[in-house]
Amino acid sequence: MGLKRVGNQTVKLENPPSIISTASIVGPKEGQGPLKEYFDMILEDDLWGTESWEKCESKLQEEAVRMALTNAALSESDINYLFSGDLLNQIISSSYCARQLSIPYFGLYGACSTMAESLSLGAMTVDGGFAEKVACVTSSHFSSAERQFRYPLEFGNQRSFSAQWTVTGAGAAILSSSGEGPFITYVTTGKVIDPGIKDVNNMGAAMAPAAVDTISNHFKDTGYNPDDYDLIITGDLGSVGKAITSDLMKEQGYDISEVFNDSGVKIFYHEEQDTHSGGSGCGCSAVVFAGYVYKELLKGSLNKVLLISTGALHSSVSTQQGESIPGIAHAVTISNSIE
Amino acid sequence: MDRLNKKEYEKYAEKKIPKPTYFKNIFWAFIVGGLICTIGQLIRNWLFSRGLNEKQVAAGTSIMLVFMGSFLTGIGVYDRLGKVAGAGSTVPITGFANSIVSPAMEHKREGYVFGVAAKMFTIAGPVLVYGVGSSILVGIIYLLFGGGR
Amino acid sequence: MDYLKAFVIGGIICVIGQILMDTTKLTPAHILVIFVTSGVILTAVGIYEPLIKYAEAGASVPLPGFGYALCKGATEGVKKNGLIGAFTGGLEATAGGVAGAIIFGYIMSVVSNPKTKD
Repeated sequence: MGLKRVGNQTVKLENPPSIISTASIVGPKEGQGPLKEYFDMILEDDLWGTESWEKCESKLQEEAVRMALTNAALSESDINYLFSGDLLNQIISSSYCARQLSIPYFGLYGACSTMAESLSLGAMTVDGGFAEKVACVTSSHFSSAERQFRYPLEFGNQRSFSAQWTVTGAGAAILSSSGEGPFITYVTTGKVIDPGIKDVNNMGAAMAPAAVDTISNHFKDTGYNPDDYDLIITGDLGSVGKAITSDLMKEQGYDISEVFNDSGVKIFYHEEQDTHSGGSGCGCSAVVFAGYVYKELLKGSLNKVLLISTGALHSSVSTQQGESIPGIAHAVTISNSIE
Repeated sequence: MDRLNKKEYEKYAEKKIPKPTYFKNIFWAFIVGGLICTIGQLIRNWLFSRGLNEKQVAAGTSIMLVFMGSFLTGIGVYDRLGKVAGAGSTVPITGFANSIVSPAMEHKREGYVFGVAAKMFTIAGPVLVYGVGSSILVGIIYLLFGGGR
Repeated sequence: MDYLKAFVIGGIICVIGQILMDTTKLTPAHILVIFVTSGVILTAVGIYEPLIKYAEAGASVPLPGFGYALCKGATEGVKKNGLIGAFTGGLEATAGGVAGAIIFGYIMSVVSNPKTKD
C-alpha cells in the first residue's frame, strides 16, 4: 500500500512527530570548539569517572537520554521505544546504555549515519501510531573509536590531512505524537553507494556520493528546492567531503552551496584544534543536531532544516582485506511548521 | 549517482585532499631522527669508554634507547613527538619500542594476558617476523654458498 | 665528528621513511617492516656494513640497523655453528633490544595509563 510514500525513497509523515526535547553531552575538545555554547554538558575529561572509554561512552548515552527526559519532564516509563546506536563492535555502548534504562530497545548500526537513522525509524514509529513517545540516541568516543579503527593513542604517528577526528559525545532526542514542534516531516532513506574509495583516511570522499544521492533523491521525491531550506547539514563529511558534495550536487542540477554545511566542519576550529578535515563519528551529527540545530530551530533563526547523517559502512577487517568503503546517508526534514 | 566512474572519482577525490607539508615534515624527520641517532652515538661512546666490547656496546645501546622510547611512551610524550617528527621518531629503534609499548598500555583494561601481553606485538610482531625470517634466509643462503667453514 | 656523522646519516635514513609515508599509502607498520627487511638485504649484499663503519649509531639506531644486526648475527652464527647458527644467530645478536622492549613495555603498561590525544 505505502500510502505515506512520496517518490522512490521518501516518506511523508502525515502526523509529524514533534521533537519535544534534546540533550547533548560532549568531551573536552568539542567543548572548546565553536559550538560550545550549544551543548548541554561538557565533560572535563574523557573518562568521566569510569574505568574505560567504552564505559564512558555508554554513560554518555545514558546520561543524554536521562537529561532529555528531565528536560521534557518525563520518566523512562513514558517512553515506548529506544532507538540507539554507536560505532563500537556489536554496538556495545548502546546495549549497555539500554541495560541501564528500562525502555524497549532497538539497536541500530548505520556507522556515523545512525542519528538520522534513529530519527527516521523513531519518527515513522510514532507517525504510524505504534508509539506515543520514543527516544533516539547515538554516541561516539574519540579514544574508543581510535583504538578500534586506527592506532593506539600513545603510538607516535602522523595523521593525514584528509583524516577526521572522531567526536566524543552523545546526542539524544525525544519524539512525541503531540507537541509544539519542531516536527519531523519527511524521511528520506539512503541506499548504500560505494564509490570505490579504499583509503580509510579519506572517509569524506567515500561518503560524499551517498550524501549526494540521498539529497538529490530527496529533492526529486518531495519537489523541494535548496531554497526551501534554511540549512542543509550533513553529518561528518569533513572539509574534503563537503567540497566534493557541493561539486557533485551542482552536477545533479542543484546548487546547495548557499545553505549547505557539515557538522564535522562546524564542530571544531580546524586550524587551532588540529582536526584536519573535521569531526566524524555518530556523535558528531548527534550533538550538532541536538545542540546547535535544535536550539536554533526553537529560537526561530532556522525554520526548516534537512539533516543528513552520513556513514561509512566498513570495518577494520574489510579494510585489511582490501575492500572499498561503502557509504550511506539518511535524511530527515525538521521543520517548525507542518504544511 | 549511477554513472559514477570509480577510477575517475578516486582521482578526483585525491585532488581534493590538501597536500602534506612535505618540507616541514622532512625537516623535522631529519632533525629528530638525527638527534635520536646522536644520543645513540653518545651512549655508544660512553659504553666504549667503560671498557665494553663491540657486542656488549651494541646490545647496551639498543637496550638504553629502547628504555628511553618506552619511558617517553609511558609518560605520554612519544605520541606528541611523533606528530611533529613522523618518520624521525618512527624509524629509530625508539620508535620500535613505542610500537610495542603503546598497544600494551592501550589494552591494559582487557587484562594482562589477552590485553597487555597479546597486543604488545600487534605492530612490532610483523617487524620481527620479517626481520628474523629474512635473516634466517640470508644465513642459509650464506651457508649454501660456502660461508660456513 | 662521529656525532655529526651519526646525526646526518641517521637523519637521512629517517627522511627516506618520511618521504615514503607522505607520498605513498603505506602505514607506519608497513614502513617498519620494509626498513628492517631492507636492512637485512642491504647487509647481505654488503652495502650496509660500510655505512655502519662510517656513521656508527647513525646507521645502527634506525631500524635498518636492527636488520643489520639480525643479518650479521645470522651469518656469524653460520660461521660458528653451521645451519643451527642461521636460526640462532640473528635473535642472539638482537636479544638485548627485543628483551628490553618486552620488559620495559610490560612495566610501562602496568605503571601508566594511556592518555587521550588533544
